[in-house]
Amino acid sequence: MYDAPLRKTDVEANEIKISAKDVQVYYGDNHAIKDVSVELQDKTVTAFIGPSGCGKSTFLRCLNRMNDTIDICRVEGLISLDGEDIYDKRVDPVQLRAKVGMVFQKANPFPKSIYDNVAYGPRIHGLAKNKAELDEIVEKALRRGAIWDEVKDRLHAPGTGLSGGQQQRLCIARAVATEPEVLLMDEPCSALDPIATAQVEELIDELRTKYSVVIVTHSMQQAARVSQKTAFFHLGNLVEYGETSQIFTNPVDSRTESYITGRIG
Amino acid sequence: MSDLKHHIATAFDRDLEGIQAQILKMGGLVEAAIHDAAKSLETRDEELAEQVRTGDLAIDAMEESLNEEAARVIALRQPAASDLRVVLSVMRMSANLERIGDLSKNMAKRTTVLAQMTQINGSTTALRRMARDVEMMLKDALDAYIKRDEALARDVIERDADVDQMYNTLFREFLTFMLEDPRNITSCMHLHFIAKNIERMGDHVTAIAEQVIFLATGEKPEGVRVKEDRTSSDPALSADL
Repeated sequence: MYDAPLRKTDVEANEIKISAKDVQVYYGDNHAIKDVSVELQDKTVTAFIGPSGCGKSTFLRCLNRMNDTIDICRVEGLISLDGEDIYDKRVDPVQLRAKVGMVFQKANPFPKSIYDNVAYGPRIHGLAKNKAELDEIVEKALRRGAIWDEVKDRLHAPGTGLSGGQQQRLCIARAVATEPEVLLMDEPCSALDPIATAQVEELIDELRTKYSVVIVTHSMQQAARVSQKTAFFHLGNLVEYGETSQIFTNPVDSRTESYITGRIG
Repeated sequence: MSDLKHHIATAFDRDLEGIQAQILKMGGLVEAAIHDAAKSLETRDEELAEQVRTGDLAIDAMEESLNEEAARVIALRQPAASDLRVVLSVMRMSANLERIGDLSKNMAKRTTVLAQMTQINGSTTALRRMARDVEMMLKDALDAYIKRDEALARDVIERDADVDQMYNTLFREFLTFMLEDPRNITSCMHLHFIAKNIERMGDHVTAIAEQVIFLATGEKPEGVRVKEDRTSSDPALSADL
């Protein structure tokens, strides 16, 4: 598949933010990711699609070393952020995750106030010198999470008291509070209704002006709506990576075609 | 019709097969309309001409129902990639077929008028031959559609040049007849419109063949097709005899 020519890109040739080369992931004896090489662009939304168990989430979790927390997981190959190897011994995973934020499938606010949820990251990374600065960071993050207007009068109410869609946007606000450069989203809308989904998608599109966003989604329509680049994974292989409009109108690989048109692949 | 596997949602397969069966049925009606219009012209069969005119209503109705059905598939199934191309190509082809139907109807109308006039030597036979070529092109284009046969579609596109050539020849011939005897002018004007109609049908068939290529490859055929109908651009063809 790598020999197949991809169409000339319409997306302006943004710089490469994350580069992965010959990445292999093993869970014990299970070879979960096979020879994946890909270059993810800055200020671009990249969607990872593929059937369950194809490795898209596993690969996403490699990008901020979330797989380090799984004992039997082994990652090989080179993954670099702005040209620097993120698996280098000198890299502190906590610092890395401040740069490469993550939003999960299920909204998981801390059992704390809305304010503290967002202030948590900036506090542990020492991003604010005083209360006024912290207030400012929290407001900015909540605005960027498109939830400020809904929560500004109850910042000290518990985050868990918000609706599912609001909780997810709170988690996005929390993720952007540490000023990350890359935002990883693992099925951020799968538990949301269509309205909340639309709000999150709108937010993703806005985030693109500042960050490189990588989203794993089971909804092909969502991938088509929010992303500029799409990568299709199948059985641990990266089958096809290209411009979203090309992937959805004229995919090169027949496996991609089968999957996006809803055929048994 | 496609070498891809079935959809997980079998109703989606039925929807796509349904609109494709319908476009082929419409194609069959249009083939018959070309055939009958040309035949009625040559044999001066006013009854057959009338049938072509009324038959066009069915073709128009099919175009409408195809467009509705295609819109429904888009709204309910959100087709992608080759599925989307099936729906898009059906919509475009139905518009082309509907136009060919109209041109056949127009030919049949003029047949009714021409039946009242003196025959112009051999011209209706030439027109029928030209119409038969277009009819065969349409048949092949629809076959190419069924088989997703890119080579056959390209062959159809090339054959349109012959139809254009026939039109050029007829154009000259009608000019000659009119110069010979001004009483031929009315008939020749009608016959010329018919020739032009058939030439336009060839263009619509070409557009259908292009849709087949789009369907099969995902890309529009490259390169600009050479138009062989030069009567509108080449002064020599209109020069005094």
